[in-house]
Amino acid sequence: MAVKSVDKLRKNYLIKLKEEIIAENIKKLKGKKFRIVVHMGTCGIAAGADKIKRVVSNEVRNVSSNEIDVSTTGCIGFCSIEPMLTVEASGKEPVIYHSLDGYKVKKIFANHILKGQVVDELEPIVKDSKLSYFYRYQEPRVLHNKGKINPLEIKDYIREDGYRGFLKALEMNDPYEIIKIIIESGIRGRGGAGFPTGKKWDFCYKAISINGLKYVICNGDEGDPGAFMDRNLLESDPHSVLEGILIAGLAVGSSKGYIYVRAEYPLAIKTLTNAIHQAKKFGLIGKDILGSGFDFDIEIYQGAGAFVCGEETALLRSIEGKRGMPRPKPPFPANEGLYKEPTLINNVETFSNIPQIILNGAEWFNSVGTDTSKGTKIFALTGAVNNIGLVEVPMGITLRDIVYKIGGGIKGDKKFKAVQIGGPSGGCIPEKYLDTPVDYEKVKEAGAIMGSGGMIVLDEDTCMVDLSRFFMDFIQEESCGQCTPCRVGTRRMLEILERITQGKGEEGDIEKLEELGKMIQETSLCGLGKTAPNPVLSTIKYFREDYEQHIETKLSCKRLHRKEKVKKV
Amino acid sequence: MRVIDLPKYDLKKEEIQKIDRIIKKLKSKKGALIPVLQEIQKKIGFLPVEAQKKVALGLNIPEKDVYGVVTFYSFFTMIPRGKINIRVCLGTACYVKGGKRIIDRIGKELRINQGETTPDRMYSLQANRCLGACGIAPVIVVNDKVYQKVDPAKVMDIIYSYK
Repeated sequence: MAVKSVDKLRKNYLIKLKEEIIAENIKKLKGKKFRIVVHMGTCGIAAGADKIKRVVSNEVRNVSSNEIDVSTTGCIGFCSIEPMLTVEASGKEPVIYHSLDGYKVKKIFANHILKGQVVDELEPIVKDSKLSYFYRYQEPRVLHNKGKINPLEIKDYIREDGYRGFLKALEMNDPYEIIKIIIESGIRGRGGAGFPTGKKWDFCYKAISINGLKYVICNGDEGDPGAFMDRNLLESDPHSVLEGILIAGLAVGSSKGYIYVRAEYPLAIKTLTNAIHQAKKFGLIGKDILGSGFDFDIEIYQGAGAFVCGEETALLRSIEGKRGMPRPKPPFPANEGLYKEPTLINNVETFSNIPQIILNGAEWFNSVGTDTSKGTKIFALTGAVNNIGLVEVPMGITLRDIVYKIGGGIKGDKKFKAVQIGGPSGGCIPEKYLDTPVDYEKVKEAGAIMGSGGMIVLDEDTCMVDLSRFFMDFIQEESCGQCTPCRVGTRRMLEILERITQGKGEEGDIEKLEELGKMIQETSLCGLGKTAPNPVLSTIKYFREDYEQHIETKLSCKRLHRKEKVKKV
Repeated sequence: MRVIDLPKYDLKKEEIQKIDRIIKKLKSKKGALIPVLQEIQKKIGFLPVEAQKKVALGLNIPEKDVYGVVTFYSFFTMIPRGKINIRVCLGTACYVKGGKRIIDRIGKELRINQGETTPDRMYSLQANRCLGACGIAPVIVVNDKVYQKVDPAKVMDIIYSYK
């Protein structure tokens, strides 16, 4: 599709708009001494952020000062100490207060706002404080807008150079130049498998559609339990995802995009709907965008709760209104996808990376990372660590740094046991491999997969057999059932695991699990089945003694671990 | 679950009207089936076989395909939900932190299993897939309100506060 040159006037419109927004902002903040920002994502709201906001508004009314500006943003990633708010004063470092309640907010007003004294007893996050380490080793690139923008306000996004990458892409003479930049950047899919994104775009660009239709799909069916990167991006910075999709549409020659969001994320759907509406109003989605002749429409498709729909061919069938069951590949979606037309499918985080790659260039992007894995990766760090939340780290950082420096070590005085990466398709990495760098290949060598970014830290109290049973239970439930190895094999594996955890394990069970696991890996149709035995196989490899103990003592999880605890005391 | 095990349900007049309206609104859309079912469930609360038949007729899809989709996705239910719908997250983080104990406790107290509704249609209990709120695990959701860091011993206080 040939793109007309961008209408000069309309291009200037976006740049002018940014200037206007900045001017508007300065005007709004003129004479304001303090800016109070309440952070509200799903976690924050569940922890009581909306109540905090009410208290803040009340307090502002009470002190009847027009020197205070109150605003909200999405999540700033530190989930375990929500609700949080930031106090910004002109000329001073921002101060972040955490674990708030009404009483603490009143204290902040009495001291910080009225007297200008930081309330030290609430242990706020300031430079060099203990909790600030959580942020120190991170490299916020995709999450660069966190805490800065109100996700419901497109103007905030434009103020932070939003849609400039898209504008730059529109001005390129040939859409293939976009793809060249993406290939050069070396970015790989953030959904888990790590397929080079540029290559995918190239395939889709070159694919021929008889009807002249191509589709771009954003995969937001974040099904891995323990992962919430995509939820956060969609809730806190929806426009970055939209901008990425627009650029992809322009590059491969598509005019229709879908965002597949799982039904468990109501706030994300709400925020995204609002973002699309606003982008349409500003002429960034729709017909003849900015006078370029490029048409693009984006629609949200709400999932209905099936883990397997994260697999791309299953996702396509789901959008077509069918049971979400994978099909053999090839043909790949790039050639034969939605309604048999060429289709580009990327993960939410991948799309969110795109605008900045276009804006800042491929070299900027691959200036961080390892040889084979470039850029940054977002992880959902949870489990038995002190600091729980969403972290964006440069590729190549070691797992030890993530667990101990960013995560602040293990909660209580417990010992580290393993870190589970990649959810039900991934594996557990023990202490001796903690110095593994975050890199698609290295993580795989250590027995897990990069996955979409769930990272669950386990302490010594966790029974690895029970954890394997948990994942197998999940997989068995979510198996679509069309191929036998996955449908029957995972069921059999689950039965053996259940027996072991109930204290009815028999000799030879471990070998049976290994044999079954390998067979399922080799013979299943799709990624779900091929990776399903990973949690079991990796725990047998590294924690065989957990299994043996159960089988030898013939004790159930509950009794075995109670006995261990007594022994320790 | 087999269809014959389900209680027969007679659609009320206004429910039929609602279903017709939803079908009419979304009919022309490609892949309309799932959005139609989602809207109907939102309005009626569940998807009785009688409603599925209407959808099949309205969208010109075989009944078996509608039933196939309803049974495939965990979001859809053919059993009416209670007035107070309790969902317990059983994602990894919640599981490691005691989500299973929470669901067991509620089930024992209300005398129902996962996926069931009490006979008086007051409470229904479901195990939920990961809600992505792992930072505040374990979580439960009661009628769309998320509760954080739930203690199994105190969970019934939350539920009975809804009476």
